[in-house]
Amino acid sequence: MTLRTYIITRVLLTIPMVLFLLTTVFVVIRVLPGDPVLLHFEKRADPQVIEEFRHKLGLDKPIWEQYIDYLAGLLRLDFGKSMQDFSPVAQQIFSAFPATLELAIFSMLVAVGVGIFLGVEAARSYNTPKDHAIRVFGIVTYAIPVFFLGIVLQMVFGIMLGWLPTGGRTYPGMEPQGAYITLPGVGTIHLATGLYTIDSILEGNPAKLIQALRYLCLPSITLGLVLSGIFVRLTRNNMLETLRMDFITAAKARGLKERVIIYGYALKNSFLPILTMMGLQFATLLSGAVLTETTFSWPGLGRYIFTRIGFRDYTAIQGAITVFAILVAAVSLVVDILYAYLDPRIRL
Amino acid sequence: MEETEKPKGILVWPIVKLASLTKKGWPGWTVLIGLIIVISIVIMTILAPYISPYDPNALNTGPIFGPPCPAHPFGTNHLGQDMFSRVLWGGSTMLQVALLSVLICFAVGVPIGLFSSYIGGNLDKVISLIMDSIYAFPGLILAIAIAVMLGRGVVNMALSIAVIYIPSYFRIVRSQVLTIKEMTYVEAARAIGAKKRTILARYILPNVIPSIVTVATINFADAVLTAAGLTFLGWGVEVDVPDWGWDLYYGRQYLPSRAWWIIFFPGLMIILLALGFTFIGEGLSEILNPRLREGE
Repeated sequence: MTLRTYIITRVLLTIPMVLFLLTTVFVVIRVLPGDPVLLHFEKRADPQVIEEFRHKLGLDKPIWEQYIDYLAGLLRLDFGKSMQDFSPVAQQIFSAFPATLELAIFSMLVAVGVGIFLGVEAARSYNTPKDHAIRVFGIVTYAIPVFFLGIVLQMVFGIMLGWLPTGGRTYPGMEPQGAYITLPGVGTIHLATGLYTIDSILEGNPAKLIQALRYLCLPSITLGLVLSGIFVRLTRNNMLETLRMDFITAAKARGLKERVIIYGYALKNSFLPILTMMGLQFATLLSGAVLTETTFSWPGLGRYIFTRIGFRDYTAIQGAITVFAILVAAVSLVVDILYAYLDPRIRL
Repeated sequence: MEETEKPKGILVWPIVKLASLTKKGWPGWTVLIGLIIVISIVIMTILAPYISPYDPNALNTGPIFGPPCPAHPFGTNHLGQDMFSRVLWGGSTMLQVALLSVLICFAVGVPIGLFSSYIGGNLDKVISLIMDSIYAFPGLILAIAIAVMLGRGVVNMALSIAVIYIPSYFRIVRSQVLTIKEMTYVEAARAIGAKKRTILARYILPNVIPSIVTVATINFADAVLTAAGLTFLGWGVEVDVPDWGWDLYYGRQYLPSRAWWIIFFPGLMIILLALGFTFIGEGLSEILNPRLREGE
């Protein structure tokens, strides 16, 4: 199988998966016992008001028609109207999304960084107290509720020591604007990603970059540490296997330094499993993001879901969860393709 | 040696059995430590009504935000409730939800896995696709969606957690059955004309059980954390039921008061409970699958 046919097959296989996920979201919100409209009003409203409300949101149509509307709407990037203020949900979701993306990227960096470092250290000192301590760390990170770790870090570094901010994305008024580029013949283009770190670099404003990083610190360390356990274990096991191979012995015989052998030679063999694990952990990352964002008042999709639950805004909840579903399918597709590109054996 | 000793009495037997775990080395110790943690927490929760110094919901048992002192070893919270009593009581919901969700997963995931993989064909493909999709989805987010639709309550919480873990059982059962059903003894059973049902129940299921037990213990740990997460997001059981998750939910709002004790002790209990189950799961999986033992 060539890479091209592999990609095509993989993309085709994603379609039923996405369709099933979307159907699940629809079924959970609309078909399971519990009517979103009645839940929204907590059964206290006038029946006529409820009917009007239903009509306004298109929830009075037969269920299969709603299902078609839902899927057709997605193709137009239309996620329906919010039950709270009847504004389009899509707009709110797209403005919250970059915050989640930024948190996810930095958390993944922390998780992989800590994971590789501790995993390598454990493998180097195999079966010593250091190795055992690192293994216990790996198990404990698995058992710590991410929001509890978040609260503890807020308490220690935010409130008791006062070093880092405990919530939000940046200091009020320090939101980076991105760059305005004037191209001859085209006009001025506003270049902004919504990621505060990148936008402040685009704007060329180091003060804003520092603020953005300071606010990112605690949330991404919290989420990153909780995810790091699995990378510690993966790196450790891979390194233990690799360090026993002949090419490592050969490198040692040539008198190379240990650091060169480990980071230059052995770690390369762990790259593919780590990449796969990053893809697999993406769903866990998103679950963790909901709790982390709630803990740190981080204005992303997770916090959006949390506040919308408070408003009993079921169309918004449905929209946000739909985005998560598509995101998960897309990431697993990208990881699989990347994997096939890097390791031709997969395509066989 | 453990086979020749005939333990007397029903109380001695489990202790002898547990003590023999330590002969299995590090994984055995892990299981033992995990069991001790979990059993202590269960006993603590059961005995809470008899041993807790105050009613966990009683207001103003001491000063507001009182730090730990002899009268209130874990301090008091924003309502002057005794944190020590709340910690003693607070595991009940989590334990019930976790147990119930594991039972539901077991009752649904295992049979589906057995039949789907044994029958094979298109049905198996469709079920696998469905299970894989749920498996790929961020668990907590799906659980939130189901929980907000079903409403509060222990059973509803357990159901929403069960849905996200059923695929784990399905996958492990399916992969095991696919290997086992090709084995010669199953072929022999088929040759002497055993019914499908008999083959599944008597020849295949017993060999799948050990892997399921491992998944179930990990599932327990996950269920505890997910239940705590749902409660932390404000979607737990009623507010007047003392719960570690609720204590964290409220404690978070009073961080500037620097009252670390109102979050520290409930959080520690959640970690211990999840850690206990994780230890059991880790140890069991190493004992049951010695080939996977790390570094050997």
